[in-house]
Amino acid sequence: MEYKLSFLLMVIARFMIAFCELISIQFLFSGFTQIKGYTYGDVLLCFSVVQMSFTFAELFGNGFKTFSGMVRSGAFDRMMLRPCSLILQIMGTNFAVGRIGPLLTAFVTLALGIRHSQIAWNIMTVWTMAAMITGGMLLFMGLFMLEASFCFFSIQDTSLINVLTYGARSHGKYPIDIYGKGILRFCTYVIPYTLIQYYPLQFLLGKTRDWHLAFYPLGIIVFLLICYFVWRFGVKHYKSCGS
Amino acid sequence: MIEFNDICKTYRVARRESGLGNAVRSLFKREYNTIHAISHISFSIDNGEMVGYIGPNGAGKSSTIKILSGILIPDSGTCLVNGQVPWKDRKEYVRQIGVVFGQRSQLWWDIPVVDSFELLQSIYSIPAPRYRSKLDELTQLLHLEEILKTPTRQLSLGQRMRCEIAASLLHEPKLLFLDEPTIGLDAVSKIAVRDF
Repeated sequence: MEYKLSFLLMVIARFMIAFCELISIQFLFSGFTQIKGYTYGDVLLCFSVVQMSFTFAELFGNGFKTFSGMVRSGAFDRMMLRPCSLILQIMGTNFAVGRIGPLLTAFVTLALGIRHSQIAWNIMTVWTMAAMITGGMLLFMGLFMLEASFCFFSIQDTSLINVLTYGARSHGKYPIDIYGKGILRFCTYVIPYTLIQYYPLQFLLGKTRDWHLAFYPLGIIVFLLICYFVWRFGVKHYKSCGS
Repeated sequence: MIEFNDICKTYRVARRESGLGNAVRSLFKREYNTIHAISHISFSIDNGEMVGYIGPNGAGKSSTIKILSGILIPDSGTCLVNGQVPWKDRKEYVRQIGVVFGQRSQLWWDIPVVDSFELLQSIYSIPAPRYRSKLDELTQLLHLEEILKTPTRQLSLGQRMRCEIAASLLHEPKLLFLDEPTIGLDAVSKIAVRDF
């Protein structure tokens, strides 16, 4: 926020990037009317939910992405000496305001998706929607945390997790079952993406009447706990570097 | 007050010869040296004592201070400071200590020193009147009037160090650790810091 022009340009640039993804979906659907039973509106909905949760996660959890720098510069030593929660301190170091761009696209797509799809709005579907977005945000933040935890062991940045976060963000544009059974399993048992995307989506779109699916996003809490324990383990094994 | 008992800490340090060939080789096979930063150190310090800790480069001075301030966890041995183990219950413990690392600033780089102090005030939740009186006291002791309103990045090293010391005393810690507080200072400033 210190530099007005750069801030404005960043917001516009990020908006454009996200907008191009939206256009690619549009092009795809100009050739087909549906993919594996999902219509244009369904995919838009799916895309906007994932986009929004990822953007919110980046907004708050951006500090974790610069965490390797903190470890190397010793800023993390300082944090250990403050009587505040480490996680809050890291989240506070870097509040990415430029993410307003993609957030904007996400809202636009969400509106479009809702208009195109025939969702019967009631308490359950509103809950499902909100749970998908919040759950997704927590999931991505958990992944950021996991990535940061690797720094405790390798000091250097590891881009391994980026495959999962960014990969998931672009995969998540489409309901995961269109990629086939293997990916669906991977995204359920290894990294629980389907909990916030595929399963609740089935309920949201009225493809099933099974109301249990609406509560699947709660499963993310378990994943988050696992990430937290890895993090705690990492802090215990922290080797500060330099003097 | 400080009980330091038979503490050991070892590091594994990767090493390789210089040159591209060796850099590639080290990707596959790494040689590690084990360095005993601290081995079987014991000492105890009483209330009100002022203790200097000296040794050549790489002797493990900083590591000791990091263990004492709870950043590092030793491999073996026990350590009690004020009846607490430093690396357990971190939040509670760090409230009672102040630490100055010579080459690492705890002040926020871009904002005036006094703003950094106010941030610290809210981090440690120091009540306003106590903060005011403490700040006045430290300002007088360390001659900070002139530099309080300058952004940290524009301070000279010696000025910054005086502010660092003030910053680590704001919350009235029972213990103050100084790790190389006179690094990079000229003779006059060194004397000023040591006098303090």
